[in-house]
Amino acid sequence: MSTTTETPAAPSDERILPSSPLRRLLARPELGSVVGALAVLVFFACAADGFLRASSLSTVLYASSTIGIMAVPVALLMIGGEFDLSAGVLVTTSALVSSMSSYQMTANVWVGVGVSLLVTLAVGAFNGYMLTRTGLPSFIVTLGTFLMLTGLNLGFTKLIDGTVSTKTVGDMEGFPAAHAVFASTLTIGGVDFKVTIVWWLALVALGSWILLRTRTGNWIFAVGGNKDAARAVGVPVTRTRIGLYMGVALGAWISGQHLLFSFDAVQSGEGVGNELIYIIAAVIGGCLITGGYGSAVGAAVGAFLFGMTSKGIVFAEWNPDWFKFFLGAMLLLATLVNAWVRKRAEATA
Amino acid sequence: MTATDPSAPLVELSGVSRHYGTVRALEDVSLEVHPGRITCVLGDNGAGKSTLIKIISGLHRHDGGVLRIDGEETRLASPRDALDRGIATVYQDLAVVPLMPVWRNFFLGSEPRKGAGPFRRLDVDLMRRTTRAELLRMGIDLRDVDQPIGTLSGGERQCVAIARAVYFGAKVLVLDEPTAALGVKQSGVVLKYVAAARDQGLGVVLITHNPHHAYLVGDRFVLLRRGTMAGSHTRDDITLDELTRQMAGGSDLDDLRHELRHT
Repeated sequence: MSTTTETPAAPSDERILPSSPLRRLLARPELGSVVGALAVLVFFACAADGFLRASSLSTVLYASSTIGIMAVPVALLMIGGEFDLSAGVLVTTSALVSSMSSYQMTANVWVGVGVSLLVTLAVGAFNGYMLTRTGLPSFIVTLGTFLMLTGLNLGFTKLIDGTVSTKTVGDMEGFPAAHAVFASTLTIGGVDFKVTIVWWLALVALGSWILLRTRTGNWIFAVGGNKDAARAVGVPVTRTRIGLYMGVALGAWISGQHLLFSFDAVQSGEGVGNELIYIIAAVIGGCLITGGYGSAVGAAVGAFLFGMTSKGIVFAEWNPDWFKFFLGAMLLLATLVNAWVRKRAEATA
Repeated sequence: MTATDPSAPLVELSGVSRHYGTVRALEDVSLEVHPGRITCVLGDNGAGKSTLIKIISGLHRHDGGVLRIDGEETRLASPRDALDRGIATVYQDLAVVPLMPVWRNFFLGSEPRKGAGPFRRLDVDLMRRTTRAELLRMGIDLRDVDQPIGTLSGGERQCVAIARAVYFGAKVLVLDEPTAALGVKQSGVVLKYVAAARDQGLGVVLITHNPHHAYLVGDRFVLLRRGTMAGSHTRDDITLDELTRQMAGGSDLDDLRHELRHT
């Protein structure tokens, strides 16, 4: 194709079809997930009585938000071309650190919250540093962190508390305030909404802002799309990648604090397997598994799809075993749509 | 030399070497880049062209000889360092990020921003407008600067990369095999932009293994062979035929011809 080329400076090219608004819409990364979400919504609206009631919707949104808080930074990381398999257990680590440090110091719970933020961010930075320093695939590096954290979570909890769950922090100073920030329920128009929904929406807004309107966002796309080209034009590739892992850590910190303050103790074995759920939400939302393409809104829609399916099956009074089947089918469909989009976008000549 | 000398070449390599472990990738190579001149570096695969380019563009450090920029002896720390000193490199294969829109690619690494504090953001309008205008100036009329750059043809992508370097005020433009993967007509288009960049006063280093393309635009021809300099000629003291013969292997080719005839 390259030999029969364009006439430069030609006012128009007869081989280019006018691009209709529909075609532009098709090029959006979120499209597949939005269509899928609508389909699932209609499906459960028909199949499950009361699925569209406000209280059911609030339950669905809560389930979506707990995944969505992590799906957004995981999506950003994936656009930057990497995975984080330690994301699921990092949430538990974050909750454990918070709970144990304030309990052991018999300090205000906010001290624990602060210590937890530092430790969690440090784990994220460690992931990023190991990745950029060793050049190993992120799959290996974060699988290592995943296993180490899983061991540390259980080991430390048993060592300090003697059991697999932490001591309650419910009667400690600052608990009501922390509970309000991370785990309260807001009543809007007679319907109860969990505060995590606010955190989730705020993260989606922040993630979209970063991706679409900041220099950092441009760098994230470039690092995921073509690392070498990015480095050659002066993009700080290493800094960007470490920053992305710290973003995931920030999400894990928020989720971890929610985990702790919505009850008052933490089970140290929790979180294993959730990392895949975050990745699936991001992929369903249009993130390319190879990086360089995707959106924060898409990841949020992916999380919403997840919440609808998991709760919809309950409302429809089906056996929850079906959930995994739905999940797998959605993942496959979404990936097919994404592959098709990528082929269009990368078609040369 | 401490002060910058106005008559000095933009970039000067003298006796530059680079070893990778026990491999001598480049040995004693000298080269000058002057404003408004095109220096062609010719060589076969493995002749050391890529190593030379990496030294000039700051990806690798030289470990022998002297690199002078504006007459000042220096050692480039990174591609960013090279860019800051006005050396822009357009790579054959890693020039762009295919999935990103044209305008994001155009400004990648040097994004203009507006606003203050937490609302400091990309100046998207300026970026779109400038990309369109700069490409138009180079004779590329893009339907849509929002299309992924991967949808452009190979020649168009090279031209976007060249336009980008010119726009960001490069004084030296290093081009790595800009015509290697292109058809005849597209190669012509790219060479026209190379000449346009030269006419704007840039010093150009054109790396190629195509003597025909080199002779169309070149002012000086540096021949590399197995990591060493096999010759340096001005346009006046070499003909296209001689350049082609030397590129094809010179006396090696004569031997080969001799050998083939008798078997």
